[in-house]
Amino acid sequence: MAKTKLANDGMPKSLVSRFQRIMIYIVLVIGAFFSLFPFYYMFVQASQPSSEVLRFPPHLWFGSSAWANIQGLFANGFGRSLFNSAFIAVVYASLSVFIASLAGYAFAKFRFRGRSVLFGMFLLVLMIPYHVTAVPLFQLMAKITFFGNPTWISSYQAVILPALANPFGIFLMRQSMQALPDDLLDAARMDGASEWRVFTKVALPTMRPTLAALAIYSFMFQWNSFFWPLIIMRDKAMETLPVRINALVGLSIIDYGQLMMGTALTTLPIMMIFIAFQRQFISGALAGAVKG
Amino acid sequence: MGSQMLTPAERRHQWRRRLTPYMFLLPALLVFGIFMLYPIVSSLQLSFESQLNPNSGFSFDNYRRLFGDKVFRKALTNTVFLLLFQVPLQLGLAMVLAVILNNAVLKFRTVFRLIYFLPAITALFAVALIFRLLLNDEKGLVNYVLNGLGIQSVPWLSNAWPAKFSLITAITWRWTGYNMVIYLASLQSIPDELYEAAELDGAGAWAKFWSITVPMMRPTILLTTVLSTIGTLQIFDEPYLLTRSGPSNETLSMATLLYRTAFQSAEINYASAIAYVMVLIIAAFSLLQFRLAQRGED
Repeated sequence: MAKTKLANDGMPKSLVSRFQRIMIYIVLVIGAFFSLFPFYYMFVQASQPSSEVLRFPPHLWFGSSAWANIQGLFANGFGRSLFNSAFIAVVYASLSVFIASLAGYAFAKFRFRGRSVLFGMFLLVLMIPYHVTAVPLFQLMAKITFFGNPTWISSYQAVILPALANPFGIFLMRQSMQALPDDLLDAARMDGASEWRVFTKVALPTMRPTLAALAIYSFMFQWNSFFWPLIIMRDKAMETLPVRINALVGLSIIDYGQLMMGTALTTLPIMMIFIAFQRQFISGALAGAVKG
Repeated sequence: MGSQMLTPAERRHQWRRRLTPYMFLLPALLVFGIFMLYPIVSSLQLSFESQLNPNSGFSFDNYRRLFGDKVFRKALTNTVFLLLFQVPLQLGLAMVLAVILNNAVLKFRTVFRLIYFLPAITALFAVALIFRLLLNDEKGLVNYVLNGLGIQSVPWLSNAWPAKFSLITAITWRWTGYNMVIYLASLQSIPDELYEAAELDGAGAWAKFWSITVPMMRPTILLTTVLSTIGTLQIFDEPYLLTRSGPSNETLSMATLLYRTAFQSAEINYASAIAYVMVLIIAAFSLLQFRLAQRGED
């Protein structure tokens, strides 16, 4: 019976699935083309002299002005912005991972009064758009005057501090810390280790994969961030890359070659980190969604 | 255990243990309190102060003005319009790609996953600028290709409807791969036995998708819907850089209006009211989606 039924289907099963498979590959390759082409176009235009970027018909192959565009950018303060972005993102990533692991450890491994209220408070803020804080934060930064600066407007700390207690990071660290066996921590306590030692020498080293994922996520968040740096970095010397590039868009004569080169140079480091640490990147993205 | 039985040293030890979690929480709480909680409360307070006479005390002026403000209404309808088109489009595409990529017989699955995820690591401002070139009205590549196909150039960035469509395209490009990766992980957690049992009952691919995949992925679908909704309601970088909110405010979003009001017109009280209405709208949408998901479960 079964055999006749197969024959009645008209086509052998393997042929059907081969046809389907080819269709699927075609769909996937078209998707991949759309996914990659804008990047390719960015690099192509970044290598064109400004006058050639908006030429009609558009260039589809690399030009010879990549180096000239880089020089033009750096002559216009791009190096300083690159440093600002890198410095802010590295300091932010290190500090926010540290703070999140401290807090996540407390939430995961201790029972204390106010635990669920405090944790709920962190989670609630995930729902509040960060734009709400912009006006009072700006006023706050304008009021603070210690550390020699006239105010904190256009300062590194003004960009680094506000998002430092990252609720997503705290949530992520709590989730991973919960898997840590209490016996392991108690054994260290029995040996006379202080709470601080238990945390740094026992708990943290087992968290390396999560710490790496969170550090990469935080670095990328800060590197790509635009809204708040645009508001607070009003001094050209303190601008981060996105703010600097936005300033190029605002000029009366836009140098599109430089603009695209700046965009490419901002995108490239993240792309390289992504290709090197693909697994951590994706687990960072998933942690926010699937485990929630 | 009566605490009066403890020696002073033991009591000190216990006291310290009780204090420990708060010490670990201290840095997060300090930063959180100063740079999140204080601004959130302060913003609410600002929104109830009149811009014109700041010392007149509690006032509904800003909210009253908001309800009659045509520009705000435009920003709101623009943002909701984006949401209604872009969230289903982006999530539907992500689902299709995830289901296809979940096929075990395919080769190069990790390569495709990497390629599709790549836009999701790109800075939003970069996405906006690249699409600004691609969609340039007179000299963009998209119009060049259209002309080649015998279709007239479309004013992608300078006309109301095409500009909205351009925004949706750029956002969909940026986020589809991100959601696809989330769906892919969720798909892989569905036990194969469920599909095998359905196959024995003679279910086809379409039936299996609706009777097994979708119900099993309900929590993930809900979560991505809520996250994309919140994200779209707060959208700033793309309209600010891709379309500059134009033409004539046709792609103005609530967040770009907030920025303009607070930092270009310096109307901080009115801007705070806009911010709080945004909070309310986001909360309402999230709640609605959770409710709908719950009702679907019954």
